[in-house]
Amino acid sequence: MSTLAHVFEAEGIATVALGSIRKQIESSAPPRGLWCDFPLGRPLGKPGDPEFQHRVLDVAFSLLNATEPILVEFDESIPDRGDTVLTCPLPPRHDPDAHPAIDEARGLLPAYVRGVKMSDGRFSAGRVVAADDIPAAIEAFIRVSEGTPWSEAGIPGLPMRVSHDIRSYYETAALAMVDHAPAAWASTRWFLDQTETGKVMMAARQAMQDQDAPQPMWFYLTPGDR
Amino acid sequence: MADSDIKTLTEALPGESFEVTAFTTPPPLADATVAVVTTASLHHPDQDDFEVMDTGYRVLDDSRRDYVTGHWSPNFDGSGFAYDMNTVFPVDRLDELADRCVIGRVADQHLAYAGNQFDLSTIRMDSGPAGAKFLRDQGVDVVLLTPV
Repeated sequence: MSTLAHVFEAEGIATVALGSIRKQIESSAPPRGLWCDFPLGRPLGKPGDPEFQHRVLDVAFSLLNATEPILVEFDESIPDRGDTVLTCPLPPRHDPDAHPAIDEARGLLPAYVRGVKMSDGRFSAGRVVAADDIPAAIEAFIRVSEGTPWSEAGIPGLPMRVSHDIRSYYETAALAMVDHAPAAWASTRWFLDQTETGKVMMAARQAMQDQDAPQPMWFYLTPGDR
Repeated sequence: MADSDIKTLTEALPGESFEVTAFTTPPPLADATVAVVTTASLHHPDQDDFEVMDTGYRVLDDSRRDYVTGHWSPNFDGSGFAYDMNTVFPVDRLDELADRCVIGRVADQHLAYAGNQFDLSTIRMDSGPAGAKFLRDQGVDVVLLTPV
């Protein structure tokens, strides 16, 4: 992003760059930078809080008064201690013959549809796997977790892209089942740690690593610190 | 799993280095036309999705509000944007600032790039300058850059 700031300034447009990673914004040194210690994915800090967002913008635009390059730290951090998990109900078992992850994903479809409507589809599934086909995509990762070579398991696209749609499907469904803005990463942790499909994805990732799959194929199935 | 762990993984990724820091003095903010340029890979549903390592940009109409994210990285929280687009793309906030005459006006069009890049030279030499020219031709004076 800082590259764009440098380029745009050179083309005669003044810029203010928000940055969430301190070392990155320090090393890339945009002409006017505001480091906000907010979770990744939330550069304005707090969803659904216009007052807070305006505070960020006020500080950002005040940097336009600077007469030379400047980097400022926003005066409030939003810490993530890594332990906030969304409290979100999971559907009861419906089909005892189905794998628990498949049954779960099918059961979440109504919530997913509501979540898409609530969020105008901003972070929904369907980029490579349509919502109706999510259970089949999960089935492919179940096969991987049970020992099928990843390249023969029928994953319907690049694994990272398919897993992105599966995660988005679950997190969009979760959005419809709570009445507030989730804390950062809370719905991701819910998906990875509390759902049957999350367990499948973690197991498949480990299996792909054990199968010596190319690193990008398994690494990007989940956030990088997993 | 904590946000800080993911930041640690990515904080050392090399960026482009600039020997000289270009610095443009804008008109007074109350007279300025302001656009948002985000690296959140946003696009309208009827535009092409972003490919992995896509170095191009998408033009986002301010008059529409149907922005979706085309970012492929798993290393950001998507629920904030899903809940409230202004968490990433604060066009409603800009409208409010324009209504209060804090800024001159909101640009008719904004831009989105993909932020998960390993080679920034194409953006530096090609799509970055092209995007800047596009906005300059719209009369944009100030750009707010937002990541994810």
